[in-house]
Amino acid sequence: MQFAKKDILDMASFSVEEITHILDTADRMKEISERPVKKVPVLRGKTIVLFFHEPSTRTKLSFDIAAKRLSADTISIAAASSSMVKGETLIDTARNIEAMRPDILVVRHASSGAAYQLSKVLKASVINAGDGMHEHPSQALLDMMTVREKKGSLKGLRILIAGDIARSRVARSNMTGFTKMGAEVMVTGPPTMIPRGIESYGVTVVDRLDDAIPQADVIMMLRIQTERKTSFLFPSEREYSAVFGLTAERMKRVKEDVLIMHPGPINRGVEISHEIADGPHSIILDQVTNGVAVRMALFYLLSGGAKNVDTD
Amino acid sequence: MLIRIRGGHVIDPGNHDGLRDIIIKEDKILKVIDPAHPTGDPGSEESIFYDQEIDATGKMVVPGLIDMHVHLREPGHEYKETIQTGCMAAAVGGFTAVCAMPNTHPVNDCSQITAYIIAKAREAGFSRVYPVGAISPGLKGEGLSEYGELKSAGAVAISDDGKPVVNSQLMRRALEYSRRFGLIVISHCEDPYLSADGAMNEGVVATRLGLTGAPNTAESIMVMRDIALCELTGSPLHIAHVSTAESVRAIREAKKRGAFVTAETAPHYFTLTEEAVTAYNTHAKMNPPLRTEKDREAILEGLADGTIDVIATDHAPHAILEKSMEFDKAPNGIVGLETSLPLSLDLVKKGVLSYTALIEKMAINPARLIGIKNALVAGNTADITIIDPEAHFVVEPSLFRSRSRNTPFAGWSLTGRAFLTMVGGKIVHRLL
Repeated sequence: MQFAKKDILDMASFSVEEITHILDTADRMKEISERPVKKVPVLRGKTIVLFFHEPSTRTKLSFDIAAKRLSADTISIAAASSSMVKGETLIDTARNIEAMRPDILVVRHASSGAAYQLSKVLKASVINAGDGMHEHPSQALLDMMTVREKKGSLKGLRILIAGDIARSRVARSNMTGFTKMGAEVMVTGPPTMIPRGIESYGVTVVDRLDDAIPQADVIMMLRIQTERKTSFLFPSEREYSAVFGLTAERMKRVKEDVLIMHPGPINRGVEISHEIADGPHSIILDQVTNGVAVRMALFYLLSGGAKNVDTD
Repeated sequence: MLIRIRGGHVIDPGNHDGLRDIIIKEDKILKVIDPAHPTGDPGSEESIFYDQEIDATGKMVVPGLIDMHVHLREPGHEYKETIQTGCMAAAVGGFTAVCAMPNTHPVNDCSQITAYIIAKAREAGFSRVYPVGAISPGLKGEGLSEYGELKSAGAVAISDDGKPVVNSQLMRRALEYSRRFGLIVISHCEDPYLSADGAMNEGVVATRLGLTGAPNTAESIMVMRDIALCELTGSPLHIAHVSTAESVRAIREAKKRGAFVTAETAPHYFTLTEEAVTAYNTHAKMNPPLRTEKDREAILEGLADGTIDVIATDHAPHAILEKSMEFDKAPNGIVGLETSLPLSLDLVKKGVLSYTALIEKMAINPARLIGIKNALVAGNTADITIIDPEAHFVVEPSLFRSRSRNTPFAGWSLTGRAFLTMVGGKIVHRLL
């Protein structure tokens, strides 16, 4: 199929066909990373700017590696070293970057909607690498790729997302993505972390983690932002772990073939105990591996790859 | 100088509702006459030479509209608006007077700033400006401003608008103390702990956009507190920019009990909902935020049954650059002076308000609350607005007289606008 999008901003604007096409492309990209010489010339001469306005290790590295494996040139800009600390606005900074003619701008920003706003003023393609609490589409795509790889299909699967749903862009992208692909999504977490209007995603809110665990084919634990103390979201990490965390005790009631996921970085011993994160059900590192493949697929498709190469 | 406004339908609740001619001498209304019953006496109106005649056929002639909630930004933020540009925008919008909120830089918390604002407005020579003094020095919520001083300098009300008075004791004292000077307290009702970092209304749209929301309760809880303090003190209280169904209900019930409370809403709250924020439109960002359709309907009911006494704009100019920021970082507020009248006239077309009720909310009630005369009767100052209810236009922000362009109504096709605005017998705006 023809991939016609200029930007990758959110899961909400993807069709089922587009998601499938991206995942299929990513499946094929994965093999490149297993070669002794991990580089193909597909994006030779393309310039990709990684504009990270918020701290990130794995996402930035993943995009960077993905771009380099396709032979694109990458340049990273971090907020602290950019002119934005001198008071330049986001739009001005982006326009200046564009004046140097990059092909793709990968943006991570603390404000929801930042990638969308940039996409409206820039001719270059924009990939949203996480905007505030809004969306993180490449994360959802790599999650879906990993689950599909392990389970064969996403249709009819029960996906449980647990933790701070209200403040999680990963949760938003995954709720949209998985439900689109025919999976059934359940969410659970402290009531302080379940936002109003969550039902509009077509997900089921389960009050108690214990009730949801035995039904789930996939359990995705979200990172708890322990630095947020002023919002009175939960009393202590100790209680959070006991009531809302994935403990060894709770693992006794999971489905035999359950998959345990986490978008990282993990607070070991808070939302998930370390033996589970490293245990046989965990596919956390597969997520990271597939992240590179998904991002290669996104770069490839945005660069009009499908026009030049027969992918059928 | 003798001016005659001929052939217009004069609506002045309690005084006139029909075809009348208004004769203005210098800055005052000389008389209002019924042209169907000319006296025919020698030297009567028909035989006089007028310096100017204004044909108001097919138009409505009403007491000068007053917008009692405007941010003129001067002194301090002249890049957003000046008293001159704000007053020009007011004149074009049909307002003969505006109340200027005190959150300037420096804050209008003393007689010098009040006097400065009045002098600047006189110099501009468009609409009148009635300054609102600060409840607390610097809007800090830590003490009482000198209301006696402010009143003497020309302030007509007090408010910490833009910020709530969080300390209930201070709010109580402000209500008690201001009564001595006949200054009404205008309350910006918001519990800042509940609204937290809310960038828009809390609910489905905020959740889907990943924005922090402020719940209705952040407003209504303070409306209820202030009503309680109003009843405790017996002092008049005016609630600014009502946006929620719960606030309307609380005010309605308080009025039934006889509380001395009045309220205003703004055109955007009865015209738009939170849906306008979709696509991170910073021109739909204001505080309080746009709410849901249920709230919008409650506001309409409140306007219709008299719970809401006043339509004011909360005109809040911001530079284009400021509104081009990330949604959560962009400042709150939209301009309103040049779109308020047509959006409000729409309420008449939709059957929510009669023309009389509309004029009460846009001219009569604001005047009463700030203690000024505003009626089309002989001897009064000639502050008059002539409305062309059929004038169609498309909102084009680049044509605004305001220095700022931050409106969610750009491109809207609206009907009805000010045909002529007269302040003290002087024409300050006339539609060609």
